[in-house]
Amino acid sequence: MATVTGTKKVVGLTGNSAIAYAMKQIDPDVCAAYPITPSTAIMEEFSGYYADGQVSTELIAVESEHSAMSACIGASAAGARVMTATSSQGLALMWEMLYVASGLRLPIVMAVVNRALSAPINIHCDHSDSMGARDSGWIQLYSENVQEAYDNLFQAVRIAEDKRVLTPVMVCMDGFITSHAIENLTLIDDAEVKDFIGEHEPAYSLLDTENPITVGAMTLPDAYMDIKHQQSKAIAASKDVVLEVAKEFEQRFGRSYGLMETYRLEDAEVCVVVLSSAAGTTKVAVDELRSKGKKVGLLKPRLYRPFPHEEIMEALKHCKAICVLDRADSMNGFGGPLFTDIRASLYDAPERPVVINRIFGLGGRDYTAEDAIGVYEELFKVVETGKVERLSAYLGEE
Amino acid sequence: MATLKELSQIEERFTGGHRLCAGCGIPPIMRLILRAAGEHVVATTATGCLEVGTTIYPYTSWRIPWIHSAFENAAATMSGIESAYNVLKRRGKIAQDREIKFLAIGGDGGTYDIGFQALSGALERGHDMVYVCYDNGAYMNTGIQRSGATPFGSATTTSPAGSVHPGKQQRRKDLTRIVAAHRIPYAAQASPHNWRDLEKKAQKAFQIKGACFLNVISPCPLGWYTKPEDSIEDAKLAVETCYWPLYEIEDGVLKINYKPKEKKPIEEWLKKQGRFKHLFKEENRHIIEELQKEVDRDWETLLSLDGKRLF
Ligand SMILES: Cc1ncc(C[n+]2csc(CCOP(=O)(O)OP(=O)(O)O)c2C)c(N)n1
Ligand code: SF4
Ligand SMILES: [Mg+2]
Repeated sequence: MATVTGTKKVVGLTGNSAIAYAMKQIDPDVCAAYPITPSTAIMEEFSGYYADGQVSTELIAVESEHSAMSACIGASAAGARVMTATSSQGLALMWEMLYVASGLRLPIVMAVVNRALSAPINIHCDHSDSMGARDSGWIQLYSENVQEAYDNLFQAVRIAEDKRVLTPVMVCMDGFITSHAIENLTLIDDAEVKDFIGEHEPAYSLLDTENPITVGAMTLPDAYMDIKHQQSKAIAASKDVVLEVAKEFEQRFGRSYGLMETYRLEDAEVCVVVLSSAAGTTKVAVDELRSKGKKVGLLKPRLYRPFPHEEIMEALKHCKAICVLDRADSMNGFGGPLFTDIRASLYDAPERPVVINRIFGLGGRDYTAEDAIGVYEELFKVVETGKVERLSAYLGEE
Repeated sequence: MATLKELSQIEERFTGGHRLCAGCGIPPIMRLILRAAGEHVVATTATGCLEVGTTIYPYTSWRIPWIHSAFENAAATMSGIESAYNVLKRRGKIAQDREIKFLAIGGDGGTYDIGFQALSGALERGHDMVYVCYDNGAYMNTGIQRSGATPFGSATTTSPAGSVHPGKQQRRKDLTRIVAAHRIPYAAQASPHNWRDLEKKAQKAFQIKGACFLNVISPCPLGWYTKPEDSIEDAKLAVETCYWPLYEIEDGVLKINYKPKEKKPIEEWLKKQGRFKHLFKEENRHIIEELQKEVDRDWETLLSLDGKRLF
């Protein structure tokens, strides 16, 4: 159970406890969820808040993740502010309903604690689960640490419910590495949370029986594509809302967020691109190499869907060589999902950097600062020789 | 209990102009159920004929708030809607005196088969909703494939009347009893030919707090290979042969609502339907006998339970 009291501002919490606490502060209308490692503790702790009357949420302990997302969809279409959490197989089981949630433009917020997908079964961190959902029409925010996961959750509510967006948001953090590690974080006061997220004011609700609406009608070729076009435009435009919300968040709470974080990238010759907790590890390697005068940098995307391809191109175009580290394999014989996105973004760069790909950390395989240093060294070799020996490969494996 | 005249004066909330087949059993069932629901009702429908036939964008047959989300999750979707109602009322966002009823609807495929888990979960959690299954005995919307509700011996496109396997080789699930075994306050079987009984059961289900279930036989001229004008008669025959007994289980006590004075042989129901045509070939006659035995046994069991407490 979380050990947070209202008076403490800086506390040590696991990622899961921080998310549960953030959910308590948000006090959503409806929460429907099903347990799965490593996100289980979120719902357990939230159930504790519920049991003690610290939230007045309607908690639905459903019989599967498919039903969890289905109940979230029903509740959201009924005008409720809705949240859930899951991982891995749970997200996979929701797959069908993810598209329904985004296609119906329902502003559901979900914490995804990243975990590998079976088979073979494995409970540890990688990004196969949320990467599989990257084209489901959900906005995806990735968090490096507990503080970011906590802060992202509040911002997700604002982004999802923004009238220009009306799109569900996933807030991802790394299983065990972040979900189960206790880190210090600065909490926001309950009243400030409430003020920041505001009231949920849906334009339509199934519970408005005087103004009946039909939701989820059968749509034929004359209209389907137009509806999808609207959805596509909305998710593309959500990028601006993500920035607006981040700006307001910074003004209120002092912590700065953007579409991505760059670390010592401005004058870097070589750069690593990586999501979530591995970025923290990589920063250690950057500092060490910088202390030896090596011009290395890091780019950590925060907003992965929609993909801020122009901003990423701007941030990376001066580099000579880049390695994209993917914590998931697309099993396409070409490279991981982040790699193909980053490489495609750089196609329009005036001088295209070399972009290589390494798959790392699958199923919780350790990723250390030494690993990162090895990657930077390989990049320098590419720059020196002008040759790429292996475009895409598993890190540390032949 | 409203009279037919009174019923006919209530505004129709399931409007005409939909694209369900002529003679389809679903529209009369829906109209009766919506009338029983009271003024404020929200519905969800699983994927299937009803959903596809009533909402081709930008048209809708529903004059009530309605949502379709997927095939296997009507009960789960409604769990969310009902929960939203509870909390929004508690939080003062819905008037305290606004009573809303919740109706989830699925075909036999969406209820007996793919949606069974979601239904079971919702029943166990006890959401205040009425779940209606319109049982036409196959996946009709996708072209008459077998379901867990398809009668033994029936030909469907995935259990065709072959020379080796003459139609569906398995017995159907007794879903009404399975559902009742969740110890829900009310579960019943009904038929559109007996509108008074159906209406009464629907009213009861909407009045009772908690998860209630109605299983309604729904003739399908397309999949049964019957005449559209015979649909109501075909539903009646299903009851008169005791293939589809009308009964209810209220607070654990089973009650048969209709006992035919003279139980008709199952053949009379079968022979009108093209899906059973092959059974009348000499080599398949034994299937009719088996089916008759099954119906007899089930009816005997039901009679022995009449008035008894099941849980
Ligand atoms: C997950 C999923 N699997 C399969 C389908 C295809 N499908 C749509 S409706 C349907 C059959 C519906 O049967 P039933 O519930 O009996 O309703 P009916 O068509 O008879 O009205 C099927 C198989 C689907 N929409 N979703
Ligand atoms: S196929 Fe059968 S169930 Fe479907 S609309 Fe036609 S008659 Fe009704
Ligand atoms: Mg059917």
